[in-house]
Amino acid sequence: MRRMFLPALFVAAAMFAFAPVYVARAPFESTMGLVQKIFYFHFPSAILMLTSAIVSGVGSAWFLARKRPSADRLAFAAAELTVLFGLLTLVTGPLWARKAWGVWWQWDARLTMSLLLWMIFVAYLLLRKYGGPGSETLSAGLAVFGMANVPFIYVSVNVWRTIHPKTTVVPTLPVDMSAPLWFCFAAFALLYMTLLTARMRLEEQRSQLEQLYLEIED
Amino acid sequence: MHEFFRVAWIIVKKDLTVEVRSREILYTTLFFAISCVLVFAVAFVREGAALTEAGAGILWIAIAFAGTLALGRTFERERHTETLRALLLAPADRPAVYFGKLVGIVALLAATELILLPLVALLFQAPLLGRPLLMGLLMAAGTIGFCAVGTLFAAMLVRARSRDVLLPILLYPITIPVIIAGVRGTLALLEQVPNEALARFWIALLVFFDVVFVTLSLWTFEPLMTE
Repeated sequence: MRRMFLPALFVAAAMFAFAPVYVARAPFESTMGLVQKIFYFHFPSAILMLTSAIVSGVGSAWFLARKRPSADRLAFAAAELTVLFGLLTLVTGPLWARKAWGVWWQWDARLTMSLLLWMIFVAYLLLRKYGGPGSETLSAGLAVFGMANVPFIYVSVNVWRTIHPKTTVVPTLPVDMSAPLWFCFAAFALLYMTLLTARMRLEEQRSQLEQLYLEIED
Repeated sequence: MHEFFRVAWIIVKKDLTVEVRSREILYTTLFFAISCVLVFAVAFVREGAALTEAGAGILWIAIAFAGTLALGRTFERERHTETLRALLLAPADRPAVYFGKLVGIVALLAATELILLPLVALLFQAPLLGRPLLMGLLMAAGTIGFCAVGTLFAAMLVRARSRDVLLPILLYPITIPVIIAGVRGTLALLEQVPNEALARFWIALLVFFDVVFVTLSLWTFEPLMTE
């Protein structure tokens, strides 16, 4: 698996280099025109934010049940990536919304809950940084609550009358739009996997280093 | 099952006994909530009178802020008198301990809200007491939802560093949906003709949140409090 890290990174980089070309070649959407093409980055970022929240929640639940440090590292890395991809989503979304809906932001169900999910994982990172000893367990509890939010965010557009497009849009895209979309999604997913692996490895080495420092002190 | 409620009831009795004797947390929480409402009443003024719709939001903000303080100080008291260790060492189910603390804190906030609701109704000239049963259900469901998560987080943060500021940071993003539902339900009841169907929808949603949050908290209390 470790041997695949650099090749995966290069493939992801190559895909991202080609993505703008592919996206530019995609057809224009009828009502929104050029600005709709933010979708090709907004959608993968959003899906990966939700996925990362679930990964962090699952890792946290596993850590609470079994106390394995690797589970905690997974949860921490995934929480960081939730914040990162959440930030991408929350920036690309309003940039698109300003042109498409006329407003930067609306307090509808999908947007509000996504912002709250993002804030929950920012709180996770703050707790890890400033909570002192024992914060691994506490933040695991927080991540479980964060994960519980995710299904609601996904179905919110179908249940409530919101300004955000429904989940029926993506499965019914014409092929010359869905091809670039899934290409960009694959690029983002590959990037996500490499970042997750790198961050977990970094965290493992950091804790090993800390352990060594503690041994020296004694 | 019977043991669960017996243990919870013992803890509720303990907390109520301590609180009735000193009344420290009750009085200070109540006065903080009142000050909060007064500040907002002064801030949201148009033509000499406070805005009616603002009353709905202010009510729930005051509950959230006062609730956060009450949660923090309840567990600070436990930590200070070192009774938290005794609670954890007791041969009782941890979830029962959580449930007992939850009931105690909900009772405390309920006492605060009994004063707060008429006060907000007065200051904001809002007919909050127009549909008392629905309003009461709304407040109860919202308070339970807020306190369910709050009790869990306050208990688990009691030994963490920076616990005072971390409690709101952790609590608010998770309980904002509860606050939103509470505010929307209150606004539905504040309309010229109270929209009972809409209020009932928000109450149902709050009950759903309560079930999810209490269940999640009961599951995670044990692993989070084991040190």
